[in-house]
Amino acid sequence: MSVDIYKINPEFRDIMPKEILDLEDNATWEGEKRGINDLTDKKEILEEHSLCAGCPEAAALRYILASLPTPSETVIVNSTGCTSLMFPHIALHTVHSLFGNQNAVASGIKRVLDWRFPDKTKDVVVLAGDGATIDIGLDYTLQSFFRQEKITTICFDNEVYANTGGQESGSTPKGQVFKMAPKGKVFDKVPMWELAVTSGVQYSVKLTASAPKSVAKVVREAILIARELGPTYIHLYTPCILEIGLDANEGLWEMKEQDKDRFVSFKYVSPEAEEYLKNCKKEGIL
Amino acid sequence: MANLGPADYSPYPVATYDGILTPPEGKALLLTDIVDEEVAMREIARVMLTSENATIFPGPQVLYAWNEEAKEKATLIKEMAEVLNAKMIPMYDYRPKYPKIDAAIEINPNHPNLTIWYNNIKACIFIGVHCHYANVALKIVRAETDCYTVGMCSLSGHEDAMATIRDQHASDVARFIKIAREVKQELGK
Repeated sequence: MSVDIYKINPEFRDIMPKEILDLEDNATWEGEKRGINDLTDKKEILEEHSLCAGCPEAAALRYILASLPTPSETVIVNSTGCTSLMFPHIALHTVHSLFGNQNAVASGIKRVLDWRFPDKTKDVVVLAGDGATIDIGLDYTLQSFFRQEKITTICFDNEVYANTGGQESGSTPKGQVFKMAPKGKVFDKVPMWELAVTSGVQYSVKLTASAPKSVAKVVREAILIARELGPTYIHLYTPCILEIGLDANEGLWEMKEQDKDRFVSFKYVSPEAEEYLKNCKKEGIL
Repeated sequence: MANLGPADYSPYPVATYDGILTPPEGKALLLTDIVDEEVAMREIARVMLTSENATIFPGPQVLYAWNEEAKEKATLIKEMAEVLNAKMIPMYDYRPKYPKIDAAIEINPNHPNLTIWYNNIKACIFIGVHCHYANVALKIVRAETDCYTVGMCSLSGHEDAMATIRDQHASDVARFIKIAREVKQELGK
């Protein structure tokens, strides 16, 4: 893919919708200064979407897309979930994989891209929910870590199967009651960020989407490390405000609460990755 | 709702079920007949010039300046629209658009009938649309509307269009424009 594909032939500019013209004229595709500050005055590469008002997952995806180092060279692999409703509106190559096998699909894409475009840096980023990453897709997720695939995996953890009516997931905390889990969860939440470290990732971070700048920093670091060293993992709390009975304006509050509780910051950086990040800072990439 | 197309309520709104196949090299498909390219071009021009709200639907392969041929074709398609007195509505993206498309100014392969109904289009040309999405769109239009569809394809054509000419590169589009000018003059349009 190249940004060139968004250059509209001048003969057709008068018939193209405004959002497509804006994409060519006012979107941030490349450049060192690309980042979440662009969200205020630049055209986003995510068009309007149909997620619930105030959904923290929608906000998190906007932060992530604004933080991609080179969006035009990025392929996003996603899985079924609420985010599926946003992916058709992203101006990037996105691949919707079968539920749970997103990391296997991403592995194949990354290998083929490296073979097909040896002189280019291509980033493959997996975006999936906790059900796809931790429950049904756990095998594929961990196997990609074992194989040291150079991909970034981002898990949107809302701690529930939200869009199917509220069933408990492996990521649901112990004791939590949902509409379709009335007895409360019996087991502890799966510590996926720790499993990732045990499975060999170069970088594993757990955080909430309460602070956009923190999300942006982590996403950028994770993608840069994945390019050179191996798999990286980000575990991001994006609560489903509907399933836990909050109003549209209470998602941020919930994430801030959990910054001090279940989602207290966790960060693992392998020694090689740490060295690499230092070099990136010296070179001004970070 | 407009009148239904030839596939009507058939459970198989696919031309191949009626024994219609894409034309061989150097030939064109006109309804159920294989004809010479020039015959088809003349008929396409006639239909476009005499139908209500004739429209050209340029697809991503010509809307975006991604190679030299796309740039060349863009100029020609603009000229073609002028010669045929046709509107242009872009099919700039294949993905479904939420909450809904603006049928007045855009067309989407997942529900192309909405744009055709809204604008009361009775004849149209698909050009620069990738084959797999042209196939989807043409089947829906064939079943759901009475619009006369034309597939101007740079590969092997589309049997679900009422008329299709294949292997259409820039020089062929220029030839079509020349023929369309002649037909326009004959019709006094």
